[in-house]
Amino acid sequence: MGIVLVDGIEVEVGDNERINGIEAAERAGIDVPHYCWHPGLSVVASCRMCLVEQGTKDPATGKITMLPKVVPACQTPAKDGTVFVTNSDKVAQCRAQVEEALLIDHPIDCPICDKAGECRLQDYHFAHGQDERRADIRPFHSKKREMGETVSLFVDRCVMCTRCVRFTREITGTSELLVINRGSHEEIDVFPGFPLDNKMSGNVVDLCPVGALGDKDFMYSQRVWFMKSHDGICTGCSTGCNISTEENQDRVYRLRPRENMAVNKWWMCDEGRYGYHHVHAEDRLVGPRRKDASGKHAIVEWNTVTAEIKTKLKAAGPLAAVLSPHLTLEEAYLLIKFIRGIDPNAVLALGPVPTIGADETFPNGFTIHAEKSPNRRGIEMLLSHFGGKTLSFEDLTAEIDRGAVRAAWVSGGYKKSDWVSEATAAKFAKLDLLVVQDMFVSPLWNVATYQLPGGSFAERDGSYVNFNGRLQSAKWAIRPPVGAWVEGQLYQRLLERPGLFQGRKVLTELAQEIPAFHLAIGEVPSTGLDLTINQIAQQPTTAATV
Amino acid sequence: MQATDPNVKWIEEPKLGLAGKMYIPAVIGGLATTTKHLFSKKMTVSFPEERPEIGNPLIYRGVHRLNKDDQGRVKCVACFLCATACPAHCIDIIAAPSPWPDRDKYCESFAIDELRCIFCGMCEEACPVDAIELTSLFDLTGRSREEMIFDKEKLLSVYDMTKDAEPMKSKSLGGAP
Repeated sequence: MGIVLVDGIEVEVGDNERINGIEAAERAGIDVPHYCWHPGLSVVASCRMCLVEQGTKDPATGKITMLPKVVPACQTPAKDGTVFVTNSDKVAQCRAQVEEALLIDHPIDCPICDKAGECRLQDYHFAHGQDERRADIRPFHSKKREMGETVSLFVDRCVMCTRCVRFTREITGTSELLVINRGSHEEIDVFPGFPLDNKMSGNVVDLCPVGALGDKDFMYSQRVWFMKSHDGICTGCSTGCNISTEENQDRVYRLRPRENMAVNKWWMCDEGRYGYHHVHAEDRLVGPRRKDASGKHAIVEWNTVTAEIKTKLKAAGPLAAVLSPHLTLEEAYLLIKFIRGIDPNAVLALGPVPTIGADETFPNGFTIHAEKSPNRRGIEMLLSHFGGKTLSFEDLTAEIDRGAVRAAWVSGGYKKSDWVSEATAAKFAKLDLLVVQDMFVSPLWNVATYQLPGGSFAERDGSYVNFNGRLQSAKWAIRPPVGAWVEGQLYQRLLERPGLFQGRKVLTELAQEIPAFHLAIGEVPSTGLDLTINQIAQQPTTAATV
Repeated sequence: MQATDPNVKWIEEPKLGLAGKMYIPAVIGGLATTTKHLFSKKMTVSFPEERPEIGNPLIYRGVHRLNKDDQGRVKCVACFLCATACPAHCIDIIAAPSPWPDRDKYCESFAIDELRCIFCGMCEEACPVDAIELTSLFDLTGRSREEMIFDKEKLLSVYDMTKDAEPMKSKSLGGAP
């Protein structure tokens, strides 16, 4: 254990920890401004914004000897006896000068820059910069260059922190971006014919501390200060990256990664980042429909559906429920309760798990999984707890074909309509009663007796278990479109539970009932809970009770 | 501030004489004001046949207009600062990349709900490019609520209507063109 002094505050540093001055100051609650340093990237100490005074404390005499010059905090190891001073006049002067140098040739583009409002240059200039501009340069507009399919570069806004260059070299290993020219002519660029087109390219926009790299998907669509950020979980694949869903007035404008060292660190893939457009798709289904005697579907009231569907399911005979891997744990739990409440011997099946290609791992260990659903593992854990007759989707289809099941409840929630084939849908068409919940028209939707439009990931409130057995909770970010009901709310109503659906309440109930989820009885931390630890700890207790 | 504070200066009420106690100077003063207005120029006008004179159109806060640049394009760069500053939330902008090579961003749509507007002039103050200005047009009428939501074309036409009588304020106030 070592003691580091930051502005007179003692900070403890573990023996095997390797932290720098910025991280040590953070532990003392002091913010050291920086552009080029990022915890996930190598240190270059090029921006000079984190300059601090540094010295050492003699352990024997307690005398502090300061270095005569300032040093970059990002490059200075914080070890036992290191002393940092971040609030002296000298440091303040350094910061002001660095800010002034950066702003000498920075265009005054803030009104049309998408970064305005979350820009480090703005924030640091406000906090550490000088009031007046000494350079006599008229405001000008930045040149714009395309870096690839997803990212544009505003050349003159760049402060040459090279975070993006280091990202493509160290994290993705694709090295598309580079610095061209030298001195004050330095620019970020790509080689001709080799655009930025890796599957994590969107991260360079988040990394950019200023507005130099712009996301084409988000470009000019919303000012950042209008948006509210909600903690969510990416449902693009089974990795379960932590994200912030940023919305304004029930419209999602962008998804950004949220730091979670156990899952995605600071990154997310482009597939997840841009995979929210289906939420606001034109062809998104709204308004529940019921098939009448002539085989046509007519719109009915939600109240009619909730009032009559239970009796109809009871009358229909042997029941089955298909639990989509897109459902949250809480929703799946309520659906099982509802179906098994009607028919205790009901067949349960996991819905088709969409798989595309193979798992893709980047040099830093970030993996995009081939399994394109967030909660297969969670649903399987629920199924193994509830037991009874559980089948695979294929076996259930065969069972239906044989006529052993007369009614089925199928939850969908897939981003695309191709999750079920025409042939499978034809077999489901033999049922007396088929309830389908989905977001888009699929072959199965067309043969359903009840068509119930469901929610998307941004509207769901609940938890997912990722490929690694980590339970993570997401909050709802937007309200569903008028006429669609999020699955959880519908099940809440069907089970005649009072009030609105609240993921947290249901999770507590679920965790108290199911041993595999016991850890989730308390609070679920923002970084999630590793349920596999729970299972290891579970074994001796169960052995003891036996 | 406490009454005992040394910065508080205490003064005595002026002593009134007999005339003052009988309100004579006050009554005469009031009568003088009345007489003065009896013979001065009339303020009232028979609107709408006659129109009131607006003192200084530059500081009057009437209907909005969207200014055009020297090439006749909308000046607005869709920075949303007016919408941010607006206390009545009556400005709705949709931004898009501009079709012109020398500009990056412009407003694809710009609508002001004039019924919701409280004519405070904050939008004008917030605008970094002097694109939105308040004119001295004050008699604003319409047959429906929809009609009172002024879109981009209408706001630009207000500029065409008023540009001769009221030049762009920034210029006349000595600011950058």
